[in-house]
Amino acid sequence: MNVLEINHLKKEFDGLTVLQDISLSVREGEVVSVIGPSGSGKSTLLRCATMLEHMDGGELIYMGEKAAWEERDYCVYASKEKLKHVRRHFGLVFQNFNLFPHYTVLKNIMDAPVSVDKVPREEARQQAMDLLAQLGLSDKADAYPYQLSGGQQQRVSIARALALKPKILFFDEPTSALDPELTGEVLKVIRQLAKDHMTMIIVTHEMQFARELSDRIIFMEDGVIRQQGTPEELFMAPDARVKEFIGKFAG
Amino acid sequence: MSTITMLRLLGTGMLKTASIFFFTLLFSLPLGLIFSFGRMSKNGLVRGVSKLYISVMRGTPLMLQLIVVYFAPYYIFGIKIPSWYRSGAVILAFVLNYAAYFAEIYRSGIESIPIGQYEAARVLGYGKTQTFIKIILPQVIKRILPPVTNEMITLVKDTSLAFVLTEVEMFTMAKQIAAKEASIFPLMVAGIFYYFFNLAVAAVMEWVEKRLNYYR
Repeated sequence: MNVLEINHLKKEFDGLTVLQDISLSVREGEVVSVIGPSGSGKSTLLRCATMLEHMDGGELIYMGEKAAWEERDYCVYASKEKLKHVRRHFGLVFQNFNLFPHYTVLKNIMDAPVSVDKVPREEARQQAMDLLAQLGLSDKADAYPYQLSGGQQQRVSIARALALKPKILFFDEPTSALDPELTGEVLKVIRQLAKDHMTMIIVTHEMQFARELSDRIIFMEDGVIRQQGTPEELFMAPDARVKEFIGKFAG
Repeated sequence: MSTITMLRLLGTGMLKTASIFFFTLLFSLPLGLIFSFGRMSKNGLVRGVSKLYISVMRGTPLMLQLIVVYFAPYYIFGIKIPSWYRSGAVILAFVLNYAAYFAEIYRSGIESIPIGQYEAARVLGYGKTQTFIKIILPQVIKRILPPVTNEMITLVKDTSLAFVLTEVEMFTMAKQIAAKEASIFPLMVAGIFYYFFNLAVAAVMEWVEKRLNYYR
């Protein structure tokens, strides 16, 4: 089954079309990378998929449940209750982490399961500690976000997203706010998730990473999907525009 | 009049001052939050009314507001003003005035929280109220402590304005004694009382700030 299905997504900002007729479906266990120049609409696509932005047209479906669809030229969203349910299917890792600064690492991870999903506190705590152990951050459970490096903060925010057991995880340029020497530890975590067959959509500028990790790469430009395919298809025989873009990043 | 008598009288005045201070904060801090919501409301009418309210309360003298609040029941509704209303009017006027200032302080605090905090909470499934109470408000409180401390210190001194309604707080008391004894000494003592009151306020607030310093 498709975890995520986006059909003919359209998004405008003040009459300016930023996404046009985007269709995308993601199977369970699939890792999809989205690349493209800045301003191409990658982040907006992610923000529409995670319902942080209102779509102006098209359909959004998670696990066969419709979150948004088109009705007489308008995009309508499902009821509040339904959306609450749909939200459980996905998690999002932000470029700037957006951890809650007044909560410890442990509380950042276990608070949503406890206060949103009503998981018993002890169970949520144990699960959070397990996640921290997996990510090599057990000793940071009682630290506050400001005491961590950027890479550690990003790993905590991944743990926070995973704690809600999403079916699909979105990453919005997860290493763009990090010093180069810190990107490795975050990419390593994402690699491990891929090995564990986590379904993921990753917006990234890390070409090499996208190439080795993804089942499929999407190249976006000017609000449309210009090209998509397996890493081989995209990297080996790219059209001129894709080649130029990749070339710039390969240095 | 012996110094002891004078100090005792000033002490009674001080209690009145302290009670105006305490009750004003008790009611104006929550009321200010409500006004700040009004000020940021999506509803244009609510926003406009809140804005006008804040503008009037900040733009006219508190002394005038005290007089208006006290005499309004008589002049507007023709109700004979009962004697107990004087203390009530003092508190009410202070609350209405300070809530306006606090509203703007809350607003500045709320608007300074990065949008990413709301977005993270939303994606994690927190409801609107939950997000505000658990995620936003604690951070707002930490950020607005310095300006709130400022207002509190101003409030301590503003309590002396209650004299226009012949409420005998410390300053009124000091003036009466000064007039009777033909000496400036009681006023100086009152000044020292105010100073130590504010020293205590500042110390308490500093302690609270330190307590909230566990994160950045």
